[in-house]
Amino acid sequence: MTKQPDINELKKISKEIRIEIVKMLNCAGSGHTGGSLSMVELLVGLYFYKFRCEPAKPLCNTRDIFVLSKGHGCPALYAVLAAMNFFSKEELCTLRKLGTRLQGHPQRGLPGVEISSGSLGQGLSIANGFALGARLNNDPKRVYCLMGDGELDEGQVWEAALTSAHYKLDNVCGIIDYNKFQIDGPVADIKGLEPLKLKWQAFGWEVFEINGHSVKEVIEAYDKAERIKGKPSMVLAHTVKGKGVSFFENKNKYHGTVPNKEELERAIKELELQ
Amino acid sequence: MIQTYGSKPTRDGFGEGLVELGQKRDDIVVLSADLTESTRAAWFKEKFPGRFFSMGVSEQDMMGTAAGLALSGKVAFACTFGAFAAGRAWDQVRVSIAYMKTNVKIVGTHGGISVGEDGPTHQANEEIALMRILPNMTVIVPCDALEAKKATIASASYTGPAYLRLGRSGIPLITKEEDSFKIGKANLLKDGKDVTIIACGVEVYEALCAACALEKENISARVINLHTIKPIDKDIIIKAAEETGAVVSAEEHAIAGGMGSAVSEVLAQAYPVPMEFIGVKDRFGESGDPKELFKLFGLTAEDIAKAAKKALSRK
Repeated sequence: MTKQPDINELKKISKEIRIEIVKMLNCAGSGHTGGSLSMVELLVGLYFYKFRCEPAKPLCNTRDIFVLSKGHGCPALYAVLAAMNFFSKEELCTLRKLGTRLQGHPQRGLPGVEISSGSLGQGLSIANGFALGARLNNDPKRVYCLMGDGELDEGQVWEAALTSAHYKLDNVCGIIDYNKFQIDGPVADIKGLEPLKLKWQAFGWEVFEINGHSVKEVIEAYDKAERIKGKPSMVLAHTVKGKGVSFFENKNKYHGTVPNKEELERAIKELELQ
Repeated sequence: MIQTYGSKPTRDGFGEGLVELGQKRDDIVVLSADLTESTRAAWFKEKFPGRFFSMGVSEQDMMGTAAGLALSGKVAFACTFGAFAAGRAWDQVRVSIAYMKTNVKIVGTHGGISVGEDGPTHQANEEIALMRILPNMTVIVPCDALEAKKATIASASYTGPAYLRLGRSGIPLITKEEDSFKIGKANLLKDGKDVTIIACGVEVYEALCAACALEKENISARVINLHTIKPIDKDIIIKAAEETGAVVSAEEHAIAGGMGSAVSEVLAQAYPVPMEFIGVKDRFGESGDPKELFKLFGLTAEDIAKAAKKALSRK
């Protein structure tokens, strides 16, 4: 839905998405807070600016593809999809409850969710498959794949990185939510990734290194990536884990825990002031 | 004597089926993890290079890429050795293929000890077990090259994940063009009233030879070709147990979790009868000539006949 970007509007949407995320996580009682909040602008810039889709016809042939490889970040995706009207906002509070379409990790079948994920490292390979399929079908669709930084420890990611470059998949745009934390602690302490930009460049990718919380930088990166021909693009987005709520930011405790009632009230108050 | 029509590896039947599919349907795509000649995916590549994807030695990536192609409307055949398809890439098969019900056909050649000289790392004795425990997965083990060709073609018409287990070495051709092949419908090859041998893959031929030998001792053995392990043909198995009262399973695969286990799960619940298991007994394979290995591992017609007599004695 590429159009003239209204940066202020996208910022406002990002704030609203964050409020939905903390509310649904509190309601669910479990889930991944930090990594959901760090990827918000990356999704908002995509869905509310760049992405071609028809929420009323989620499987229409003319859609772009978004693959959420870091499946644990699904609260952010669910909130965005609901805001786009893929399904109703009321459904968000069913997250992780028995019988829900909003599984703890995403399950294909929920409108707007292209792949089931949760076991890390699998998304980029699937994105490549979508991209190769689009090429065979003479379909101009673009395929976006959002990965976490801890996820890059998975060998399959690098197998897939070779494949994207080998097949010159310029319809693939990878996105890394580089929030610098994984479950066990800081990425740099657990298994360092640096120099990360050079790694992707060495693998044959065009890399756009940006501030992942600047919607302006995010949408500019998606626009630039679309103009790259003959190789895949990677948006390496520096982000802050738990972004938007001061007492969640860079607190690894909130990788896999959720706000209680008191924390939720404080979080919403903080977010509303932004 | 059992009537045979020459000898051929089941992987060759797959290669032929794939080429036929490629000619008939343009939605067929093939991926290979650097074993393109060995898996016979090369025969498709030669004719349809635009629909063939070389994935390098990256089985996990291959399964995901195949899933993405399937989600784009293709029927994707992902080819490598069984040890790597089912072992190395199991989690990718579990999540990207089985859980999502993507229309991927996983082709694992070099199943079983008949791989021979390459030894234990390349002799997959676990794939039937690893694949059949996955929800949504269909598991097919053809008994000869012709049946492998039919299974390949049938699997493309079936929507959903499937695993084809194929072999490296030449084995007798025992089925005919006109014999039916339906996924999930086992074939009765020989009727009998005293004992039933249920087999898959190359063990079907061994089972027929065993039944022939038993005949000479006035033992009437029924032989069933259970080419589809999942979904399993419960009816033919229960009927055989009811009518013959004793069962032997025979497979070139670990006994634990394999075809025999699947049969016993059916019978234990529906109609328990004495049952004996022919298969690989909690051990890895080893290098050697396939014929010698079959003797060492107790997978020959003689071993099956002995097991049949034991099952009979327990009636």
